[in-house]
Amino acid sequence: MIKLKRVAVALAALGMISAQAAEVEVLHWWTSGGEAKSAAELKRMIEAKGDKWKDFAVAGGGGENAMTVLKSRVVSGKAPTAAQVKGPSIQEWGAEGTLASLDSVAKAGEWDKLLPGVVANVMKYKGSYVAVPVNVHRVNWMWVNPEVFKKAGADVPKTWADFPAAAEKIQKAGFIAVAHGGQPWQDFTVFESVVLGVGGAQFYNDALVKLDQKALTSPTMEKAFDTFRTVRKYIDKDAANRDWNLATAMVINGKAAMQFMGDWAKGEFTAAGKVPGKDYLCLAAPGTDKSFTFNIDSFIVFKQSAADAAKGQADFANAVMSPEFQEVFNLNKGSIPVRSGVSLAKFDDCAKLSAKDFADTAKSGGLVPSIAHQMAVPAATTGAIQDVVTSFFNSNESSKDAVKKLASAAKTK
Amino acid sequence: MAEHSVKPKMGFGRIALYAFITYCCLYYLLPLTVMLFNSIKDLNELKSGNLLAFPHTVTFEPWVKAWNSACTGVTCDGLKGYFWNSVSFVVPAVLISALIGAFNGYVLTMWRFRGSDALFMALMLGCFIPFQAILLPMAQTLGVLGIANSVAGLIFVHVVYGIAFTTLFFRNYYVTIPDELVKAARIDGAGFFTIFRRIVLPLSGPIIVVTVIWQFTQIWNDFLFGVVFSSGERQPITVALNNLVNTSTGVKEYNVDMAAAVIAALPTLFVYVVAGKYFVRGLTAGAVKG
Amino acid sequence: MSQVQSLSPAARNKWLDVFENVLPKIVMAPTFVICVVFFYGFIIWTAVLSMTPSRLLPRYEFIGLEQYISLFDNDRWWLALKNLAAFGGLFIFACLAMGLLLAILLDQRIRAEGFIRSIFLYPLALSFIVTGTAWKWILDPSIGFQKVINDLGWTSFSFDWIKDPEMAIYTVVIAGIWQSSGFVMALFLAGLRGIDDGIIKAAKIDGASMPTIYRRIILPSLRPVFFSSFMILAHIAIKSFDLVMALTGGGPGYSSDLPATFMYTFAFTRNQIGMGAASAIVMLMIVVSVIVPFMYSELRSSKRG
Repeated sequence: MIKLKRVAVALAALGMISAQAAEVEVLHWWTSGGEAKSAAELKRMIEAKGDKWKDFAVAGGGGENAMTVLKSRVVSGKAPTAAQVKGPSIQEWGAEGTLASLDSVAKAGEWDKLLPGVVANVMKYKGSYVAVPVNVHRVNWMWVNPEVFKKAGADVPKTWADFPAAAEKIQKAGFIAVAHGGQPWQDFTVFESVVLGVGGAQFYNDALVKLDQKALTSPTMEKAFDTFRTVRKYIDKDAANRDWNLATAMVINGKAAMQFMGDWAKGEFTAAGKVPGKDYLCLAAPGTDKSFTFNIDSFIVFKQSAADAAKGQADFANAVMSPEFQEVFNLNKGSIPVRSGVSLAKFDDCAKLSAKDFADTAKSGGLVPSIAHQMAVPAATTGAIQDVVTSFFNSNESSKDAVKKLASAAKTK
Repeated sequence: MAEHSVKPKMGFGRIALYAFITYCCLYYLLPLTVMLFNSIKDLNELKSGNLLAFPHTVTFEPWVKAWNSACTGVTCDGLKGYFWNSVSFVVPAVLISALIGAFNGYVLTMWRFRGSDALFMALMLGCFIPFQAILLPMAQTLGVLGIANSVAGLIFVHVVYGIAFTTLFFRNYYVTIPDELVKAARIDGAGFFTIFRRIVLPLSGPIIVVTVIWQFTQIWNDFLFGVVFSSGERQPITVALNNLVNTSTGVKEYNVDMAAAVIAALPTLFVYVVAGKYFVRGLTAGAVKG
Repeated sequence: MSQVQSLSPAARNKWLDVFENVLPKIVMAPTFVICVVFFYGFIIWTAVLSMTPSRLLPRYEFIGLEQYISLFDNDRWWLALKNLAAFGGLFIFACLAMGLLLAILLDQRIRAEGFIRSIFLYPLALSFIVTGTAWKWILDPSIGFQKVINDLGWTSFSFDWIKDPEMAIYTVVIAGIWQSSGFVMALFLAGLRGIDDGIIKAAKIDGASMPTIYRRIILPSLRPVFFSSFMILAHIAIKSFDLVMALTGGGPGYSSDLPATFMYTFAFTRNQIGMGAASAIVMLMIVVSVIVPFMYSELRSSKRG
């Protein structure tokens, strides 16, 4: 052991150990088989540039544990090189003065040209890039088993007004209309699609992004809650606390007709060997085909004391934005590349549709951030609104009361 | 209640007794049975059947996968590395906290000074602090001390929050050692460490067992400190287990999850099954008498 | 020590006396420092933090009791407190009862006592994450206990407490009792074994029946064990975090939230550290108000005894 150390010291002295080998410590919660593969791809690319990847995986709660660990690390003075943080939390971290700037990398890579304006803004703090986006998930999808619809003699609902009739027919035919997992974030995911479908993109923006009190207390919002209550009628009684992928399984197995879930559900269908267009359909949630609710995973970079950290972060950011990584990662994860200029040849039809809608809605104004997936408002407000939504869904509260609670929750600082 | 030499007859009362005990045993064995049965099932059989069914086809592949190749992040090397990580900090933490607890208990019962009882009461509060509340200040303190994000830091945290319990155990036990023994020794001229070594320590067998078992269980099974104060390849097995089981958007392999859970629990299970007798004996000898 | 040996006997004795007076304090000094800094120091830090508007990271501006006002304005916090009372009360009571019952049963000179005792004790060896996950599967109506009974023929049997917002917290009680009653049993068993046989024999000669003997002699002499068990169970109940997170995740909705999970969520996930700190202080005050009287009386009685 000592001998080895001596050799290493000697080599270092000779400058043969390159000072260019930066250590990149990355905090994330991609621990499942498919995600781990994608992350491993990133690791390979980083190490090809001569840097060292230090893995720092903390699973649980969609990032809850990871955020606890991150805060502790920052407070102790040992922030990781990069961490998986998304949405307005990026700005909150920026406000604490802890983030490093990626502007030089962004300029060299022309990020402003490759990313839609809405997305680029989320990655910036006070005009400076502090985060790099990884993918784009579309949240307002509806996954449909056409067989079940055919057997029940129902039409796939195009708007929320059509929904009750179709759901009734399906239920009468002995199937479950909506496959749902009763966890707060899933309740919230359905709710935001309902708001989007009932009120439109402009209303969604006013109410759930700008938190305009008038919009939040409007009759449209009450109608959204009423519709949300209707959805509750058509889920099965064992939905509480069910994992989202078990709900998807119900659609795959023909027990249920539809699920309102983001595009990561596609991975389940693919893993079960199902073919899009034949065994299952991917459609926009009722009333939302002109809108696109986005959820973007991203990494923020922290100020580091090590001298070569900036190089490590630059390598990391460039790797993430590279077309190769964007293609591999998103193929594995079921999302679409966030930057333009990546070939979609290998992606399936649902992904291609998603990419097309992404580009179209970016121009038309129908591209909205997902509040259920922490893209729209700060974490405290998201949490408070989620409490209202899930409490409404799991009780017999009236829509009027829910609207009042929602308005007050939106004022949470 | 001492033993008689005559064994009781198997009357109705005894049968009812055994029946009730058996019923209780079923309740206690249920989760372990569920975990074991399902850890040797094929995944499809698991998803289509129910949890209590004995597997049609037994396979140990989930166990192999959990140990060797399950994904706990980017690395897919299973639990084996993390197992040894846990060992590497649990053992020192248990030994150090037990040692400090023993000396504290010794001082608090035989070398009382003004304020020592108040100190003991103040120390007891440490048993009740919710650990979530001290994460951030501890992180800051470890940073200042320069041991943040290291094994030494993790051992330090476990020792700090284990001292309250170990002191309680040792103190309540040493209280039962008669004063005369110590007084006589002091008259003979024995000093602080001599009395500890010659008189107190030899009598401490049972309580050492209780304390070590308790601390080992608490520290091995801890998740919160492990996840916050360690990282990467040095994470303990509880963190790796959590990563393995809580995949956020992927296919869940319940049989591998259950095999992993049993693997993570093996050391503490082993300790309780093997040393349970000594545990009760230690408690009998007065560990927690008032 | 050679310096000391070169002194006169009187001086040496004085030196030794001083040394021996100081030594115990030196030995306890690290513990004292730990107590002051890591227990009370951190509690004070949390209290200070609870009076700041801190969100993501600590920010030291004084805003008085605003966080506490927001806290008690929060429906979810009141539910967490209610749940703590329900869960804590039931958990402690049931563990004590179950532990005592099992200890009495095991004390009846059962065959294979060691084996059965291991069965009751082993749950304590498992981490709460393992326990919560295993019970989550068992209590799930569609794959667990309910399905087994249904498959056996009783198709109308339903046990979906874990899905019911009103009843979810009681599933935490079930799993908690399973985990902790074995330890209470071990404590009571040790206590029972420590009771002097002579008294029991004398009472029997006097004609007392077994139930009376239990009531008048045995249970009262187990008082210290009741105290110790209560302390340990109360500590487990208040800190219950891993168990709830693994078993119900706080759900359905947030109906099985406890103060510990509330604090964690608000402090770390919702970037509201100030409010999280306030909830932690309230939790501590609850603990202190329950535990301190007990501890005080225990310390007093042990001085006497």
